[in-house]
Amino acid sequence: MGDTLQIKKQAKKYDVVIVGSGAGGGMSAYVLANAGLKVCLLEAGPDYDPATNSSQMKNPWESPRRGASTKFRPFGDFDGCYWGWEIDGEPYTHAPGTKWEWWRARMVGGRTNHWGRISLRFGPKDFKRKSIDGLGDDWPIGYEDVKPYYDKIDQLIGVFGSNEGLPNDPDGIFLPAPKPRLHELYIKKAAISGGVPVIPSRLSILTKQINKERGACFYCAQCGRSCKVYADFSSSSVLIKPAVATGNVDLITNAMAREVLTNKEGKATGISYVNKEDMQEYQVEGKVVILAASACESARLMLNSKSEQHPNGISNSSNVVGKYLHDSTGAAMGGVLPKLVGRKRYNEDGVGGMHVYSPWWLDNKKLDFPRGYHIEYWGGMSQPSYGFGFDMESQNGMFPINGKTKEAGGYGASLKEDVRYLFGAGVGMAGRGESIAVETNFCEIDPSVVDKYGIPVLRFNTKNSDYEIKQAKHMKETFREIMHNMGAVITWGDTDGPENDYGLANPGNIIHEAGTIRMGNDPKKSALNKWSQAHDCKNLFNVDGGQFVSQADKNITWTILALSMRTSEYIIDQLKKNNL
Amino acid sequence: MDRRKSIKTLLVGTAVASVLIESCDTSVKNNSAASSKGLNEEDRMAEEKITNKKLRDEIFFTPTEMATITILGDIIIPKDAVSGSASEAKVPEFIEFIVKDMPEHQTPMRGGLRWLEMISLKKFGNSFTAITEKQRIEIIDEIAYPKKAKASMKQGVAFFNLMRNLTTTGFYTSEMGVKDVGYMGNVPNQWNGVPDDVLKEHNLAYTERELKECVNYDTK
Repeated sequence: MGDTLQIKKQAKKYDVVIVGSGAGGGMSAYVLANAGLKVCLLEAGPDYDPATNSSQMKNPWESPRRGASTKFRPFGDFDGCYWGWEIDGEPYTHAPGTKWEWWRARMVGGRTNHWGRISLRFGPKDFKRKSIDGLGDDWPIGYEDVKPYYDKIDQLIGVFGSNEGLPNDPDGIFLPAPKPRLHELYIKKAAISGGVPVIPSRLSILTKQINKERGACFYCAQCGRSCKVYADFSSSSVLIKPAVATGNVDLITNAMAREVLTNKEGKATGISYVNKEDMQEYQVEGKVVILAASACESARLMLNSKSEQHPNGISNSSNVVGKYLHDSTGAAMGGVLPKLVGRKRYNEDGVGGMHVYSPWWLDNKKLDFPRGYHIEYWGGMSQPSYGFGFDMESQNGMFPINGKTKEAGGYGASLKEDVRYLFGAGVGMAGRGESIAVETNFCEIDPSVVDKYGIPVLRFNTKNSDYEIKQAKHMKETFREIMHNMGAVITWGDTDGPENDYGLANPGNIIHEAGTIRMGNDPKKSALNKWSQAHDCKNLFNVDGGQFVSQADKNITWTILALSMRTSEYIIDQLKKNNL
Repeated sequence: MDRRKSIKTLLVGTAVASVLIESCDTSVKNNSAASSKGLNEEDRMAEEKITNKKLRDEIFFTPTEMATITILGDIIIPKDAVSGSASEAKVPEFIEFIVKDMPEHQTPMRGGLRWLEMISLKKFGNSFTAITEKQRIEIIDEIAYPKKAKASMKQGVAFFNLMRNLTTTGFYTSEMGVKDVGYMGNVPNQWNGVPDDVLKEHNLAYTERELKECVNYDTK
C-alpha cells in the first residue's frame, strides 16, 4: 500500500446498496435481487458459508479449549458467530454509571449464524402498547400490516410450532414440532400445575424438508454452530446464497461502512467504506441505500453521516436517532432434578434449542409492572464441553449418590461416580421480557474516541428502570415455583434480590438491540415512516432492529425479516414509479 | 473468497506486517500439516488461527509443575472399572493449554502448586512429587473437602477446587470421558420422543395431541 490515502470510486452504479448481511440485509438482498434489481451488499466481516465453515458435529476434544469461550467466540469455541462483546480495534464506550453490553457479529449472515432460532410473531397488542398501558409509543402499523409477511416468511424459511389460537401469540404456518424431551415433560407438568402454559416452541428449524436447496434437521442440537445442511435459518445460507446465485448481487466482504454519502439535495447517493483487506477507502453508489448493520451500528452510521443538508446526522432532524435503545429483559435460574439422576442413557439431543416454551400468560392489570415475558427452558443430557463437571463440591454433597450421602468435594473413583450419577439431571429456565423504550436510554457518538479505521465510535447511556427490575423479580418468583413444583433442587439463580436487581441482565446482554431509528407518523418524534423509509431522506431505509418502536416479549428476528420483506417490496414498487 | 489470500492481504500495510505475515505463513503451513493429522481448521477465522498457533507454541508450566499436575490429576480422576485416568486422557496437556488461553488461571495454579509444595516440604521434608502415595493422600484429604477443611487449609481448598474443576472438565470432554459419562448424541438421527421404556419408568406419557401433531419419523 502506498502512503497516500486515495478514495476509490466504483464505476458500477447499483440500484440498491445494502449495509449488513444479517436477517434484515439478507432478506432485502434476497427480495430485491429476485426482482431483478442490481444490489451491492456490504459486509464488515469475512465470507461465511455454514456448509464449509461450521463447527457442527465436532467433538469437544477437537477444540484445544474444549469448547470454552474466547473473545472471538464468547458463546464457545464451536459457536457459529465471529466476534461478540469485544472486537479488536473497534471499541465502544459508556457514560459514567451506565451499562450496555454490545454484541457485534462480523461475518456474512451476521449473528443469524448462531442465534436461538426462536421465531415469534408479534401479536396485535404488541404494536399498540401505548394505547393499552400509556407507556412508550404505538407503532404506525399494526399486526394486520405485517401478517401477510409473517405468512410468507413462515413458508419461505420454515418454522415449526403449533397453532394454539392465543390472542397475542398469533398462529402461523408451522411445520410439526418435535416431541418434548424428558426434562421438558417434567417442566410442562410442573409449570401447568402452577398456571403457567407450556406449548411447543416456535423455532426456524426444518423438521421436514421444504426445498431442494436445504436439508431436514438431523437432531444434533447444534444450531448455535450454524447448520451444514442449511436445516435451520441463517441469513448466510438461506438468503444470501440464493440472492448471490441470481447474479444480481455483488457481495463485498470485509467492508466497514464509514458513512452514507449524500448529494446537494440531501439524497443518499451511496456508501463510503474501508476495505479491511487493503485498508483503502472506497465509495459505492446506488439509487437507494438500505441500512441493516444492526440497530446500533446503523444509528452510528447515520449519526456519523453529517452534511450541510443533514447537520445532525442523516435524517435526524427529529434528533431521535440513537434514542429509545432497548433490549429484552432477562433473568434465569437452574438446578438439579433428582428424578433424573442415574438416568438411562439415550440420544436426546433434539433440535438446537428447547422443544417447549411458555408464552406470556398474565394480565398486567393485576401486576406491579407493565408488559410481559416468555420462558425458555433447557436441561438433560447434552454434549459435555468446558465447564462440565465444574463445582462438584457444591453439588455432590446435596444429594445421596446411589443411595449414599457423601462429604461435599472429594476425588478419585468416588468423584467419577458422582459425575456419572448427576449427568443429564440439570434443568434451567430463563425469562425474556419486554422493556420499555425510553428517550433517556440511548447511544450517541463519543466526542473523542475513534476505532482503528478512524470512525467515531458509540458511547452508550442506558439503564434498567423499575419496570424491568419488577419484571425480573416476578420471573424469579415464577421460576422458583416451577422448580418447586417439579421437585428440583435450585443450585443457582436463587440468591438474587433488590441488591442486584433480582438478577436482571445488563441492558444489551440479551442481544436484542432495537429502537434507535424508530418509525412513526410524526417526523418530529421518529426517524422513519411506516415503510421504514427515512422521513428526511426518501431513498434511505432501515431494515434491522433500529426501526422498532417497541419489541414485545418476542425475539425480534422474525419481525425484522417480515418488515425487511415488506420494505423491500415497497422499494421495488417505488422505484418502478420513479418515486425514490 | 480464498480465505488464506484474505489473511495476507489483510495484513499488508499494517505496521507490524512483516512479523504477522511470518507467523501467519507458519500457521498456514502448520495448518496444512495439521490437517493431515485430522486437525480441521476450516471453521476458524484468521485471527483465531494466529491466536491458537501462538498458544500452542508457548510453554507455561515447568517440568516439575507438570509432574505435580499429572500426579494430582490421576488422584482426582484415577483409572477405574469404567474408564482410564486423567493422564491417559491427556488432561495435563489440556491444563497446560487452558491456563495459557485463560490467563486468570495462571496465578492460582502456579501459586497453588507452590503452596502444595511448601506443605509437602514442611510436613514430610520433601517435594510433593517425591513423597509417598500415602503421604500425598494425607495432604489431599485436608484440602479436598471444603466444608470440613481447617481454616489454615482454605488456600489449599481453593487450589484443589480449581484443580478438580480443570481435571474433571478436561477428562469428561476427552474421548474417553465422553464415553465414560455415556453421552450418546452428536450423531445424525431422527427424534421420535422419549423412548417408551423411559416414559414408563418415569410414569409420564405424551398427550394425544402431541402424538398426533408432533413430528413422527416412525415408519411402522
